[in-house]
Amino acid sequence: MKQYETVIGLEVHVELATKTKIFCGCSTAFGGRPNSHTCPVCTGMPGALPVLNRKVLEYAVAVGLAANCQITRYCKFDRKNYFYPDNPQNYQISQLYLPVCRDGFVEIETENGSKRIGIHEIHMEEDAGKLIHDEWEDCTLVDYNRSGVPLIEIVSEPDMRGADEVIAYLEKLRLIIRYLGASDCKLQEGSMRADVNLSVREAGAKEFGTRTEMKNLSSFRSIARAIEAERSRQIDLLESGGTVIQETRRFDEEKGTSYAMRSKEDAQDYRYFPDPDLVPISISEEFLAEIKGRQPELRTEKMKRYKAEYDLPDYDIEIITGSKHMADIFEETVRFGAQPKKVSNWLMGETLRLLREQEADPEDICFSPENLAKLIALTEAKTVNSTVAKEIFEVMFRENVDPERYVEEKGLRTVSDEGALRRTVEEVIQANPKSVEDYRGGKEKALGFLVGQTMKAMKGKADPAGITGLLKELL
Amino acid sequence: MEKIELLGLSAVELGAAIRSGRTTAVAATEAVLEQIESRDKSYHCYVTVDGENAVKKAGEIQKRIEAGELTGPLAGVPAALKDNLCTKGLRTTCSSRMLESFVPAFSAQAVLNLEKAGVVVLGKTNMDEFAMGSTTETSYFGVTKNPRNPEHVPGGSSGGSAAAVAAQECFFAVGSDTGGSIRQPASYCGVVGMKPTYGTVSRYGLIAYGSSLDQIGPLTKNVEDCAAVLEVLASYDKKDSTSLKREDTDFTAALTEDVRGMRIGIPQDYFKEGLDGEVKAAVLEAAGVLESKGAIVEEFDLSLVDYAIPAYYTIASAEASSNLERFDGIKYGFRAGGEAGLNGMYRKTRSQGFGPEVKRRIMLGSFVLSSGYYDAYYLKALRVKAMIKEAFDRAFAKYDCILGPVAPTTAPRLGASLSDPLKMYLGDIYTISVNLAGLPGISIPCGADSRGLPIGVQLIGNCYQEKKLFKIAHTYEQSVKGMKILKSAKNADKENLSHSSKNARTAFFLEGGEL
Repeated sequence: MKQYETVIGLEVHVELATKTKIFCGCSTAFGGRPNSHTCPVCTGMPGALPVLNRKVLEYAVAVGLAANCQITRYCKFDRKNYFYPDNPQNYQISQLYLPVCRDGFVEIETENGSKRIGIHEIHMEEDAGKLIHDEWEDCTLVDYNRSGVPLIEIVSEPDMRGADEVIAYLEKLRLIIRYLGASDCKLQEGSMRADVNLSVREAGAKEFGTRTEMKNLSSFRSIARAIEAERSRQIDLLESGGTVIQETRRFDEEKGTSYAMRSKEDAQDYRYFPDPDLVPISISEEFLAEIKGRQPELRTEKMKRYKAEYDLPDYDIEIITGSKHMADIFEETVRFGAQPKKVSNWLMGETLRLLREQEADPEDICFSPENLAKLIALTEAKTVNSTVAKEIFEVMFRENVDPERYVEEKGLRTVSDEGALRRTVEEVIQANPKSVEDYRGGKEKALGFLVGQTMKAMKGKADPAGITGLLKELL
Repeated sequence: MEKIELLGLSAVELGAAIRSGRTTAVAATEAVLEQIESRDKSYHCYVTVDGENAVKKAGEIQKRIEAGELTGPLAGVPAALKDNLCTKGLRTTCSSRMLESFVPAFSAQAVLNLEKAGVVVLGKTNMDEFAMGSTTETSYFGVTKNPRNPEHVPGGSSGGSAAAVAAQECFFAVGSDTGGSIRQPASYCGVVGMKPTYGTVSRYGLIAYGSSLDQIGPLTKNVEDCAAVLEVLASYDKKDSTSLKREDTDFTAALTEDVRGMRIGIPQDYFKEGLDGEVKAAVLEAAGVLESKGAIVEEFDLSLVDYAIPAYYTIASAEASSNLERFDGIKYGFRAGGEAGLNGMYRKTRSQGFGPEVKRRIMLGSFVLSSGYYDAYYLKALRVKAMIKEAFDRAFAKYDCILGPVAPTTAPRLGASLSDPLKMYLGDIYTISVNLAGLPGISIPCGADSRGLPIGVQLIGNCYQEKKLFKIAHTYEQSVKGMKILKSAKNADKENLSHSSKNARTAFFLEGGEL
């Protein structure tokens, strides 16, 4: 068999985190009663007119700047015309001719070092409503709550060569956008959606092969699977003397295969033209300066600063800055007075362990920096021992409880009454003559057993170091 | 006040009469509703008359006038609205089957401005379907007849509004103008009509035809009313991205008689082949009147006139094809019955809901935007538009105003235009450039042809120059006040163009009395 190279470009849709829609004042909140977040503009009533939400432009420019794009200083909105009931005007307001950002790149890490993935353009557009088919009544209902929710579409160059690069690129985009606060980028909830354009060609060939576009990919896992499946499908086709048809395919998550939705011949003519209801946007120097000035510290700068300011190990920095949310928690907790390395330990250890256990994302961390700082303070003051602290942390991780109050309510405070502890240790020595003998006979391990017994008798509320000290003294 | 006297008042005169207690908003409303009752069977200016509500509103407004809350010149004055302006709770049809029973949930900003000024809304006037047409004959609800001669059309697309003013079925009306739809029916019906600078009146709530060209404006009995109504209509509206922030909308302040030294350009291109001789003579006479008042009248070459029609029909149809996509039977308006699946439902609904002229323009617009043709048609039309704007810029570097005809002929007979759409399109030649360049233009009566059909003269100003236009129009109107059209202009086309402009003697003025 010949050697093949896979060529992949992505179209990534990101829902922006604005409070209101792109062309009207309706809420973008997810999950309202159907058609409760609507008005004449986002339901396409006759006579209604769109007005651009400035925040959408701000986010789009911010993402463009972070992705090293040229900002189109004179940009326009165009109408993309097609009939479908989820699209109340039967045209989508988007950008074709003069998209807001062009010619950028992001850098990803690959096995062979870092690699630039080109960004062809980023454009702003409105989302459509949602159709809900009522099987019982055999009718289709439409909910326009999502109609007019702002999106940016990030179109990459065909620079990726495999699923690993695609995932790395998506993770990088997601990280940048989350750092900017422009979106929460959740694939499962649809606030980040990726369409994969893929073709194969013989290794060393100059020309691109015919590409297909894959839709309905709602997780990194399914993206990776879809890429592998499509690559094999295209190679099999070529090997058996067939040709790849330019078409849009839909990936079936359950079956792990895709099927054709429509071919290029069926492609609609969208009759794009500049939307006459929206005036062209002139991006001024002041506007650009304002966005640049407001651009938050991105990951690379943050990593440098963590090294200099907190002197954390590189590995810790890598992990913590890998999520804007985790980095925010880290910095806030430190601001509450906790020692950086201690905070890092909690994040790197228990937090990651629990996240893995629950298959959750660092973005889902719900405990507050204030509570983490309190817990660290409690351990520092030896008010609780490390075992108890971990127990508290688990509760805090789930419910964001106040550790101070929790310790009081549950009576978890370490017994600091030396007399009581001494009495318990004496009792344990009395009750375990065999272990005492072993210890005295040189078996160090026996001491551990005795510490454990004491801890058990104290219901965990003791400082292990204190117990060890007492045992050694009494024995 | 006698009903006949009352109905003869201009809007501003009526407002003054109400404020001074000589009549009331209710009396005026009732009088005009009686007039509608007796005349609209013949003319069919209205699609919907909201009589009961109008009387009720007039009563409320009268109280507020008496309480000193409403002091504006139009408080208590009954008016008619073109049926493409959304009115909350009042059916708005665009004279289309598609919206036969559509009741908007909000009112257009222009309508809110009128209501705030205490204007009484009488109802909605007939129009060409979705404002596409020049005769009001494409209306789903039947034709409107020209009150000056019911065998003729009133013009269009704001034909119902112009006819209602001419027939005294309202004290003023509001229309919209995409390619001449206010100025041309005003000319045909012998009333005053203005299309302001693009962006002066908010388009929010105007059901769009050609969004980059549409402007709302007044149709009135005289120039003073026109300025007073536009003053109320104009406002900056943040709901309309194309709305302009203007400080100079005190248009009535411009109603002085002084045109001395003002330079008026007459585009030779507007007086060539195709222009009716009587119309030509009357328009040039009007120029002569202004010249006699001290204006400097000069001929010049505007150029590009021939390219305006193809550019206009390309751009307007392209925008219309997209603007009218929302009428699909899903959310509101007409939906064709029968099982047909989604695409079948779309097809049947739009086939049955739209009339032939609307379909023609949707097809034309879809064609010029389709891939492979976009550059050749749509982009080229945009370039022509830009060049036309430049030609006007050059003209306005020299002139305060451009004077010309509104339409090549007086009102055609009913039915004469429908069979030949291209001929109808060519009738827009003098008005459409104004929309393409976003300029203000006003049409004022300047005579009548030998059959007694009114002729209008058009004054075109540079952007933001409505005040200049009002000043010139007012001066002309006052100069010819009281005169009746006397001259038969049969031989006018033989006369030398510049010669006749210098030797104008007579003019026509519609005094607003009985027909």
